[in-house]
Amino acid sequence: MPEQVTHTGEYVPYFLHKGKYPGALSWLLATDHKRIGLLYMVCIATFFSTAVVIGVIMRINMLPGHAILTPQQYNAAFTLHGIIMVFLVVIPAVPTIFGNFFLPILIGGRDMIFPRLNLFTWYLFVFGAVLAMVSVFFGGGAVDTGWTFYVPFSLKTTVNVPLAVFAVFILGMSSILTGINIVTTVHQLRAPGMGFFKMPLSVWGFYATAWVQILATPIIGITMLLVVMERLFGIGVFDPSKGGDPLLYQHLFWIYSHPAVYIMILPAMGVISDIFPVFSRKNIYGYKMIAFSSLAIASVGSLVWGHHMYVSGQSDTAGIIFSFLTFLVAVPSAIKVFNWLATMYKGSIQVEPPFLYALSFIFLFSIGGLTGLFLGALSPNVQLHNTYFVVGHFHYVIFGGMGFGLAAAIHYWFPKMTGKMYNKPTSVVAWLIVFVGFNIFYFPMFILGWEGMPRRYCDYLPQFTTLHQVASIGSFIMVAGLVLVAINLARGLVAGAKAEANPWGGATLEWTLPSPPGHEDFEEIPVITRGPYEFDKKETGV
Amino acid sequence: MNDREDAHAGGRVGIWLFISTEIILFGGLFLLYSMYRLKNPVDFHAGSLELNRVLGTLNTVILITCSLTVALGIAALERGRPKQSAWFVAATIACAFGFLIVKAFEWTAKFHHGLYPNAPVLLSLPKGENLFFGLYYMMTGLHGIHVLVGIGVLSVMLVRVLRGTITPGNPIYLVNSGLYWHLVDMIWIFLFPLFYLIT
Repeated sequence: MPEQVTHTGEYVPYFLHKGKYPGALSWLLATDHKRIGLLYMVCIATFFSTAVVIGVIMRINMLPGHAILTPQQYNAAFTLHGIIMVFLVVIPAVPTIFGNFFLPILIGGRDMIFPRLNLFTWYLFVFGAVLAMVSVFFGGGAVDTGWTFYVPFSLKTTVNVPLAVFAVFILGMSSILTGINIVTTVHQLRAPGMGFFKMPLSVWGFYATAWVQILATPIIGITMLLVVMERLFGIGVFDPSKGGDPLLYQHLFWIYSHPAVYIMILPAMGVISDIFPVFSRKNIYGYKMIAFSSLAIASVGSLVWGHHMYVSGQSDTAGIIFSFLTFLVAVPSAIKVFNWLATMYKGSIQVEPPFLYALSFIFLFSIGGLTGLFLGALSPNVQLHNTYFVVGHFHYVIFGGMGFGLAAAIHYWFPKMTGKMYNKPTSVVAWLIVFVGFNIFYFPMFILGWEGMPRRYCDYLPQFTTLHQVASIGSFIMVAGLVLVAINLARGLVAGAKAEANPWGGATLEWTLPSPPGHEDFEEIPVITRGPYEFDKKETGV
Repeated sequence: MNDREDAHAGGRVGIWLFISTEIILFGGLFLLYSMYRLKNPVDFHAGSLELNRVLGTLNTVILITCSLTVALGIAALERGRPKQSAWFVAATIACAFGFLIVKAFEWTAKFHHGLYPNAPVLLSLPKGENLFFGLYYMMTGLHGIHVLVGIGVLSVMLVRVLRGTITPGNPIYLVNSGLYWHLVDMIWIFLFPLFYLIT
């Protein structure tokens, strides 16, 4: 194992490295990709906790006799929950935390190719987040439109829509620049011998995601700017009284926001593809198919936005085409699932916390994906549109998929990032509580939606009482589990045992570095001679 | 490769990715324009007759000229004549200001005639003309902001060329600024016929 040493001959972890600036400035002006990853992580963890609290308040509100929110407050609550979770947590989380921290290491590069731009994206991100928070308290109050900002309501409501959508515009810029940085880094900074098909699949996930970030995000940017201009000057492009067409807003919004769900899920799928081989001690099954399916999801997924608009008045022909493409995008997703299963087949399975999260990812994502097909089919959609079925589906895909993928990534890379190991038995218990709570929480939503419970309502008919109670109780269990996860990781950070360089026996490049890595990742840029999952060749050189 | 070569090669790739995002940003507006023109051909015709083609043509000539000067500035730098390069970049900035001044006259005149969003005069006109002017202000306004950003970027480049921090051996920042400026120019090349010429 190559030891990181300074010129004075002693090894210093990256977070103790003495650079140009002292103290807090060494973080706030950091251009080291690992530090920037941690900056993002601290922010995103804060936002996530905030949005979880808002979610719990909403679930308490749905218990019979516990209407603690006024209807207006409830509208603001689900909107805030959505805006924070979508734009501040789920879209940026995996690429900015783990992409920043690990992508350069995984391809044997020195850093991201534009380190200062990388730091700038973090400042844009924080600026956008601050704007979004300010919009809650000033200028008419918290947005009540839902995270989709649909016109004409978003043009008429008295709350502070302009600032909130401008915040989304700023966050979009941050996301675009991160995407540019990732694509360029992958093209320019791979180590000698690191061909595209020798890259770990997580890198393929980041890479495909980055393309979607680059190509789709400008559309939400311009759409949000148009809403701002519409509110401030009444330019009329979405206002029917001036000839504008609200349906065009929905098109523009979903041209970005559907691909955005692939921005959310693809990097998580990439990380999962790295985790299965390690804990099965077996090369990945169908490497190229998994890599290409990421690109296929990214490209076909960019052409399915109309499935959000079956009942909005788009033409039947458009509906049929969008429905067909929606079913098509299920194919590459299924390819990944089958490849993960085949990877485990006859493997030598090690049941560790990251593996458990990865397994539950498959289970939850499959439920989320298959219920997506219900919604993508034309006629069931008429029944299910805007019901709790959509809420259930979305949370199974995004929380069950991306969220569990994120948790898998955290538990997988925690020892590398911190140099400490968390308590494994506790983390297994925490995982079980989260997993069980999750299903008690979200599964009833499918039934509620099927029976006609509309989403975004602060109250319900008596026949929905029981299932709402079950869901609320499930949410409390799940959040208790999340708290345990957080406590366990925090304890690991403070008082955990020292982690080895390669605690899981992984064969990708980050495990050749000490835990935690030094300031310069590699003393010498490695020369790559084997694939990322060839465990048998691991000992014979990098 | 060393860091500088990395930055150079990376900068080449990065700027093209960035330019494509800008094209997609405006693409959303071109999409709206196409849809609304398709739905309101007569009103869009009437709207474009309100615009001053002479000023539009003048601005087109100005922008094309400064695309030329910025290209000459890059060429001069690469041939090792930083002073000449600085003059060309300065000329580009001057042209950019000229463009904005002409634009300001145009907008002021329109405001005088009550042709701005939510103005009573404009509201009394058909819906399609409201859309036409909504899009006109949005698209030329966003383009104008890009011109302003371009002036800022090129001014920084001017200072850096004069100070010698952008050199013939390391011209990437100036090259990229030039590419951005060509993008700003090119967007106008599309805006000009869409609003002024097609009637």
